[in-house]
Amino acid sequence: MALTHDTIEGSLRAKFSEAIQGVSEYLGEFTVEVPPEAINEVCRFLRDDPDFAFDQLIDVCGVDYLAYKDYPAEAPRFAAVYHLLSLSHNHRLRLKAFVGEERPVVPSVVDVWASANWFEREAFDMFGIIFEGHPDLRRILSDYGFAGHAFRKDFPLEGHVEMRYDPDRGRVVYQPVTITERNLVPRTHWQEADEDG
Amino acid sequence: MAEIRNYTLNFGPQHPAAHGVLRLVLELDGEVVERADPHVGLLHRGTEKLAEHKTYMQALPYMDRLDYVSILSNEHAFCRAVEALRGIEVPERAQYIRVMFDEITRILNHLMWLGAHAMDIGAMTMFLYTFRDREILMDAYEAASGARLHANYYRPGGVNRDLPGAMPKYKPSKWHSEKDVEAMNAWRQGSLLDFIDAFVDYFPDRIDEFETLLTDNRIWKQRTVGVGVVSPERAKQLGFTGPMLRGSGVEWDLRKKQPYAVYDRLDFRVPVGTTGDSYDRYLVRIEEMRESVKLIKQCADWLRNNPGQVRTGDYKVSPPPRAEMKTSMEALIHHFKLFTEGFHIPPGETYQVVEHPKGEFGIYMVSDGANKPYRMKIRAAGFPHLAAMDEMAKGHMLADVVTILGSQDIVFGEIDR
Repeated sequence: MALTHDTIEGSLRAKFSEAIQGVSEYLGEFTVEVPPEAINEVCRFLRDDPDFAFDQLIDVCGVDYLAYKDYPAEAPRFAAVYHLLSLSHNHRLRLKAFVGEERPVVPSVVDVWASANWFEREAFDMFGIIFEGHPDLRRILSDYGFAGHAFRKDFPLEGHVEMRYDPDRGRVVYQPVTITERNLVPRTHWQEADEDG
Repeated sequence: MAEIRNYTLNFGPQHPAAHGVLRLVLELDGEVVERADPHVGLLHRGTEKLAEHKTYMQALPYMDRLDYVSILSNEHAFCRAVEALRGIEVPERAQYIRVMFDEITRILNHLMWLGAHAMDIGAMTMFLYTFRDREILMDAYEAASGARLHANYYRPGGVNRDLPGAMPKYKPSKWHSEKDVEAMNAWRQGSLLDFIDAFVDYFPDRIDEFETLLTDNRIWKQRTVGVGVVSPERAKQLGFTGPMLRGSGVEWDLRKKQPYAVYDRLDFRVPVGTTGDSYDRYLVRIEEMRESVKLIKQCADWLRNNPGQVRTGDYKVSPPPRAEMKTSMEALIHHFKLFTEGFHIPPGETYQVVEHPKGEFGIYMVSDGANKPYRMKIRAAGFPHLAAMDEMAKGHMLADVVTILGSQDIVFGEIDR
């Protein structure tokens, strides 16, 4: 079955009715918005259904929409983004589950695809999204004892602490950062008129 | 009698066979691995966050520092993501140059892997041979981009500049006589394409040499056959891609299945393993090098006969030629805008992939309409491979951990990002 807007929406709505929040297409890539609590069942269905047969979970990552231009203030801040790949049908699909700041909890899909293990650990480490049911949700890339979630938009680029060797105490110590971000190119936004001119 | 207990062993981060900075916590029962827990992140630089604070052109060199042995493949994925979102047309010649350098990169990566992997297992000589041949390809990198390693050669909309018409030559010195230098410059009389042609003629025999040393070598086989076996079903479950997946017998190559650039016009085959052990992954990579040589040959032939543009003519995303800037106000403004503010990308998101030497390398790019990425996620090929370490090493001997790690072809630049 070729993936089109209608086939995706039709099959998923038939199975999950209200749970599917929307299907969109951009540059030939399909994105399905799924409520976080349904993500595990939807993933299992997408893996096992012969029309979809997504046998690989290629990636899981977090996105923080805090600073996104014109993003509605009441909309949930984080998204967990899943990239699926079907080897037998040669098609891809993106799933998005939005979660709010107060309770950023998404059910884990480790029991659906084993590859989710480290990807979910990374999204937890970088964004603080909690994957419920993950067997071993530890930090993965940050330092042992790291505080905060580095890829959140309110986490400064230069961080909060830096490490140095203290010769007096004869060991490595943490201290507040002494550097500031050097940003020479301001962030500006696309304006039709400018680009056409 | 003394009590027998499991003990925990720290493998790395300062260990020559850890391929960089891997801290592997091994739980051993005697010499048998019960549990392997890789601790990664010692090389974490936050590339994804850094890129959010840089314009698209400034973020490009960070790609070189991800997987630092397959530099141009990383850049290709990044350029493809930017091109898709902004709708940039890439000239045909640039596509061929990219494919040629992607394949050169694949050979560079596999040579590095072969040398290091063989040395880990005890075949010291391989390292010397593979690094001798890597040097030739690095010279090709240098001639095209000016840098041996961190090339920064691809650009959204093409490549930085056309292939050079002449190769740099060695000069006689205190250490090299006229006669030596003449031999060293033998390949360097013509253009870069002639140099690459000479390599294409030279290299297949070298692969045969590598194989005489390893393929039927009894020790090599004892160390790799049946070590780290992954079934096709498990390989899919674990998110394997590239030679790791093909070694397990799944015929999947993005160059064939989801062709990008000009791969659909080129003739090559995809080697596939049968048993999914370390030895099969070795055979797959060796075969891939042979196929890459064929691809390089086809691209070089095409490039020789088809001169043309190597960068898009859209001056919003690509700088205008130097000469034009001297006379045209318009061109000068474009140049100034491009190198101060950069270019904007309309709001949207995309996930673009390339068949990286290690597997599927993807860039998930989210733009909110700014001149910098809003969010960029790098899907590193090696990340899920290393995640499978525990499963692959369980029940094997301590020495086999090194074999498995080597056969996964791990580079920490891309795993830690």
